Amino acid sequence: MKFAVIVFPGSNCDVDMFHAIKDELGEQVEYVWHDAESLEEFDGILLPGGFSYGDYLRTGAIARFSNVMKEVVKAAEAGKPVLGVCNGFQILLEAGLLPGAMKRNESLSFICKQSELKVENNQTMFTSEYDKGQTITIPIAHGEGNYYCDQETLATLKANNQIVFTYYRENPNGSLENIAGIVSEKGNVLGMMPHPERAVDDLLGSSNGLKMFQSIVKNWREAYVVKA
Amino acid sequence: MYKVKVFVTLRESVLDPQGAAVKHSLQSLNYREVADVRIGKYMELAIEKSDRDINEVVNEICNSLLANPVIEDYRYEVEESVSQ
Repeated sequence: MKFAVIVFPGSNCDVDMFHAIKDELGEQVEYVWHDAESLEEFDGILLPGGFSYGDYLRTGAIARFSNVMKEVVKAAEAGKPVLGVCNGFQILLEAGLLPGAMKRNESLSFICKQSELKVENNQTMFTSEYDKGQTITIPIAHGEGNYYCDQETLATLKANNQIVFTYYRENPNGSLENIAGIVSEKGNVLGMMPHPERAVDDLLGSSNGLKMFQSIVKNWREAYVVKA
Repeated sequence: MYKVKVFVTLRESVLDPQGAAVKHSLQSLNYREVADVRIGKYMELAIEKSDRDINEVVNEICNSLLANPVIEDYRYEVEESVSQ
């Protein structure tokens, strides 16, 4: 499986994402600059964390108009897995690929620490290797991860099982309903504030993020390789 | 040339964590009459006159980029700037 790590000016978790895929997962991966014209050769798209365009105006607001985002939308429409982590999640929200918006953390502080997550939905291409209700340890590092959507959108998210991860025991940022990660209605676009790519080796404090990447590969193989 | 002043704030229905912190701070300074604080952004745009209606252009700009309609409202004022 071949992954693209999209790099915007100001991305700073792109190298971690690349390392997770190449060295820990053992799959192909390439960096793709924000002005790229095509993502056709890639099977999975990864939007890493960071501060694209300095977080000017709003987090992700400028990045969503970069050239490559038209291709990310196309990839999402084609059903390819698209994962946005942290700033990547914020970009997916601004681009309208996922519903809702991010506000400043309730505490107004930048928070960087391990967080405990609950796997609310393991029936997705990103979480099938986890058990439903399993708690996992994945680090967070953000100043604007306070997820918000209106009540109508929240009801839709719940009805479609689109809430994939919630913060367990402690809500670090004030997110509505403890939401840490959501998936699109079609199920192939996932946005999450915690960083699974920073939790792929016990040496780093946790390897709980690896199963997310393994889920993507397994589901892709089942869909495109086994059946082919 | 038009000078356009754009004000963007979080919607009334959305809790503003920065505004809440500033309100708390003002009240602790004994300004108990301060009932609410909303923090937003102020932007100034210089827009050249064209065939298009200035309001149409400004609304388009605000909806597509300057404000996020999911959580923010905007309002604006248009002034005709005096040519040099």
